[in-house]
Amino acid sequence: MQVLLYILQKEFLLIFRDKTILRLIFIMPLMQLLVIPLAADYEVKHIAIAVVDLDHSSTSQRLTHKVGSSSYFQIIATPHSYAEATKLAEEGKADIVLTIPPDFERDLETTGLTSLQLAADAVDGVRAGLGTSYALAMVRQFQAGMRSGATSADMSRAGPTIEVVSANLYNPHIDYPKFMVPGLLAILVTMVGAFLSALNIVQEKEAGTIEQINVTPIAKYQFILGKLIPFWLLGLLSITIGMLVGRVAFDLWPAGSLLTIYLFSAVYLIGVLGIGLFISTLTESQQQATLISFFFMMIFVLLSGLYTPIESMPNWAQTIAAFNPPSYFVEVVRGVYIKGSETRDLLPALLRLGGFALVFNLLAMWSYKKRSS
Amino acid sequence: MSEPVIVAENLTRRFGDFTAVDAISLEVSGGEIFGFLGANGAGKTTAMRIFCGLLEPSSGRASVAGFDAMTEPEKIKNEIGYMSQKFSLYSKLTVKENIRFFAGVYGLSRKQAKEKTSEIVDQLGLANTADALVTDLPLGWKQRISFAVATVHEPKVVFLDEPTGGVDPIVRRQFWDMIYEAAERGITVFVTTHYMDEAEYCDRISIMVDGAIAAMGKPADLCKQYAVPTIEDVFISLARKATRHGD
Repeated sequence: MQVLLYILQKEFLLIFRDKTILRLIFIMPLMQLLVIPLAADYEVKHIAIAVVDLDHSSTSQRLTHKVGSSSYFQIIATPHSYAEATKLAEEGKADIVLTIPPDFERDLETTGLTSLQLAADAVDGVRAGLGTSYALAMVRQFQAGMRSGATSADMSRAGPTIEVVSANLYNPHIDYPKFMVPGLLAILVTMVGAFLSALNIVQEKEAGTIEQINVTPIAKYQFILGKLIPFWLLGLLSITIGMLVGRVAFDLWPAGSLLTIYLFSAVYLIGVLGIGLFISTLTESQQQATLISFFFMMIFVLLSGLYTPIESMPNWAQTIAAFNPPSYFVEVVRGVYIKGSETRDLLPALLRLGGFALVFNLLAMWSYKKRSS
Repeated sequence: MSEPVIVAENLTRRFGDFTAVDAISLEVSGGEIFGFLGANGAGKTTAMRIFCGLLEPSSGRASVAGFDAMTEPEKIKNEIGYMSQKFSLYSKLTVKENIRFFAGVYGLSRKQAKEKTSEIVDQLGLANTADALVTDLPLGWKQRISFAVATVHEPKVVFLDEPTGGVDPIVRRQFWDMIYEAAERGITVFVTTHYMDEAEYCDRISIMVDGAIAAMGKPADLCKQYAVPTIEDVFISLARKATRHGD
């Protein structure tokens, strides 16, 4: 215990003398939380659409007009053939091509069955996906409008309507900061924990001080706790700063209990620090540690559900995400912020985060050797 | 002389196909100043790292302060001090903080650590710089502080790996005064060096060539044996036969 106190004293002295660490702790939350929620806005407007009206009927003109009057779409051309429209898409002028077939109106009136074709330039997948779903929504509205304007006799043979239920994953009216800030808080904790702890130990390797430590009777657990505790506290400090920034800048505060946030952060941080420790035992220089941490961070962030919902990922990616610790933590922080989730609602996540903390710290303990073989 | 504090019997360390330390045997008695000489790459640092419990031996036996280097490396660590070639104090801590930290990890109480710190500061005449960051000090001072830190817990043995590299003769002389003082207190000193005048200060020396010990004995006896005037001549005549070349 006495030895551990000496180690902690040394670690804190070194941290407070390292201006870079302190800047990182204070500036990172500010930058991330102030810039990203405003920049990462999924709302897509002014989608360039080309309408190929092969019907030239009053119904097709009404549909074209409806699409054109929406703020989401901008009709950039009404070419005479699908081929011409595709050319526009190829040139990057049109995001979406809506083709109204000949006999559109007649088919609709006689059989009640007809089809429309929507083709999207999927190079920008988000734009294509959103554009298509906006356009679909619009066609459905148009269809509903036609029905209500029809006579009762028509109504009777209108047949069943296909109700498409859309999840509001990309709801353009979602409040983005409210969605992004809690997720960013989770990522912030991940970065502070993994990066700082990995770099710190590798720094000791580079300076040669680790060898001086290894030649003392310091026990492994004392060394690891000496590294874990300070960065654990710093991680909790950074999420606190982050929450305050969210409050001041976006008027966001957890709907649920702060205690829940801290409980999960505490457990999650132990895991993230374990990863940092593990990385530091595998690397010899700060460059190596930075590159490896970066590699992990990319996976952590992209598969965390921060930017893209895990539910909309392909199955294999969902499987990876299931083993990606930040995905649980992002979910937890969002849950507490937005839905006011309580600890007991989140117990499965707590167990997983706990397991993950255990695994990485055991790995770190195992791979940290005072003596090389 | 008292019973041996460092013992090696056919101690060997291989890295793949390369035999860095090739079946060396030696005994160093308590309170002795033992010079561990050899050209660059001869295997000195490797052998020293085994004695300190930083590296596993491949075969043979080594014991330090009565503990086996193979099976009880952590027990050895309580009994030894080590000053590596690579300067290894915390450069962003002050002189006092470094001493206090290492005193602490060797199990000294707060009170003892404090006493020891002021004792070292007085001894080294560092009263004015005790609160300066180590990074700002000249190399010679850093080396003397490192030595003081390595012996802060009054170990049985202190291992010094080229402790006086890169400093002028006056500073080296001051450093050796500290070594003598430690030896007088009963601390066994195991030191590697490239300075042949320093070799002459040792009670006994060994000269390593290509991982093996080529000669061992009192400096004067070795000169007599090789019929040359200085240890430098002994060293050159042995090291010239080396097939291995260091950095």
